[in-house]
Amino acid sequence: MPDDALLEIDDLCVAYDGSNALNGVSLRIGKGELICVVGANGAGKTSLIRSIAGIVPSSRGSVRINGVEISRRPPWDICEMGIAQVAEGRQIFSALSVEDNLLIGGSLKRARHDLANTLDSVYQLFGRLRERRDQLAGTLSGGEQQMLAIGRAIMSKPEIMMFDEPSIGLSPALTDVMFGVVKSLNEQGITVLLVEQNVAKSLAMSSRGYVLENGSVVLHGSSRDLLENPDVQRAYLGL
Amino acid sequence: MLSLWLNVIAGGVLIGLVYGLVALGLTIIFGVMRVVNFAHGEMVVFGIYIGYWTVRIWDVPIFLAAAVAAVVMFVFGYLLETLVVKRFVNRPHHYQFIVFIGLSLLFSGVLLMSFGPDPRPTASQLSFQTVSVGPLTLDWARIQAAATAGLLIAALGAYLKYSAFGRSLRGAANNRLGGLVVGLNIPRVYAVTFGIGAACAGVAGALISPLFDAQPYLAVDFTLLAFVTVIVGGLGSFGGALLGGLTIGVAEAIAALMFTPSMKTALPYALLIIILILRPRGFFGAKDI
Repeated sequence: MPDDALLEIDDLCVAYDGSNALNGVSLRIGKGELICVVGANGAGKTSLIRSIAGIVPSSRGSVRINGVEISRRPPWDICEMGIAQVAEGRQIFSALSVEDNLLIGGSLKRARHDLANTLDSVYQLFGRLRERRDQLAGTLSGGEQQMLAIGRAIMSKPEIMMFDEPSIGLSPALTDVMFGVVKSLNEQGITVLLVEQNVAKSLAMSSRGYVLENGSVVLHGSSRDLLENPDVQRAYLGL
Repeated sequence: MLSLWLNVIAGGVLIGLVYGLVALGLTIIFGVMRVVNFAHGEMVVFGIYIGYWTVRIWDVPIFLAAAVAAVVMFVFGYLLETLVVKRFVNRPHHYQFIVFIGLSLLFSGVLLMSFGPDPRPTASQLSFQTVSVGPLTLDWARIQAAATAGLLIAALGAYLKYSAFGRSLRGAANNRLGGLVVGLNIPRVYAVTFGIGAACAGVAGALISPLFDAQPYLAVDFTLLAFVTVIVGGLGSFGGALLGGLTIGVAEAIAALMFTPSMKTALPYALLIIILILRPRGFFGAKDI
């Protein structure tokens, strides 16, 4: 556990129509860390990310960034505090151009002052987006849409980036590219919370991990320990 | 004969631009918020009364009346969304339907209490001036109304396309969850959108005030007209609203010439039925604004 936690989550509960999606989840992310949350479909991974982002209200518990409680704040306030997400299903603006998508990502107050430079750095990271800047986002391939979703999140100059299953729907080669980008963003100083079903790859690139089952954290520890844990090997790695 | 037809069609195009502005207000609100404003006609009538007071009583130029209507109706729409509409945006459609019908009746009642049921003639000197261009002899009031409406439509289109807020508004219209993901302040976007929609209706009302007598009962006609225009053009489409307005304006004018003036209001509905059979989504349906 890091001493200087950037994001602290305590006893977080989320319920939909009376049934619990998250049951008292607690986790810590230190500044500059890359941690992963793994679990099967329906374990509560997306609910965790959306609750941190303020999109889904929590019924109990607290979420703090730099010690400031954010669990009752609206999504736009939370984004302004430096949390960005690459959402499940990408959630790009399909009827808008690639560049319009990126510019909307940079429309937060925290990002506006340096918009041109950030846009240029996104285009340097993903040259394909520069080539297709005037194309409608909905006409991009799945991999390009994922690049756009990541680029759009970078445009907000975040301190923390949350990735919700970035590998879903991508070929193995593109998945490796995406994980490479996630790792590289972390090396540039962005704290990363990676939520994935691809347990082997995500534990291999993170320092610590949490295993989520039925809305609860059932295991956590260093990624190396989790990779060697017989329960994790049996349930998620097919060993 | 040709000259007569040209005059009729030109007159229809001029009023069609104003109808396009009315429809644009309705379609922007629907395109972004997915709510149908059944009180849109009342907002047009508010604009006509604003035109009545400013043009007829205070004798200001029509474009200044339009500016007053824009400001007053934007603030009105913004507050209405913030205080009432936002509580129903995520409710089922039948809740929204009842709320907007209720608002429509409430606004009609307020207009009746404030101004009475009798038509107030808003005709001014402007209403009787004409301009001749070649074979065309056109009402100066219509030309001013159409030119102002056309400029406003172009300005609004440019604002939505090129401004940061316009981009956010189009983003929120395209993908609400995506908007929340990137931190768009969706309630603010919705309030401004409703303000813009109300302002379009109000400005259109002020622009046509020299052509229509102000009376509360006009509201129903304008609500239906806006719906027909938007459906013909394609619900949620910016270009569709404009094309729908022009189509309805010209159709009304031709009906009045070919049949009787009383057919003026009937032909657009016949046209609506034909277009819905041939193109169920209208000219530009299912296209985002």
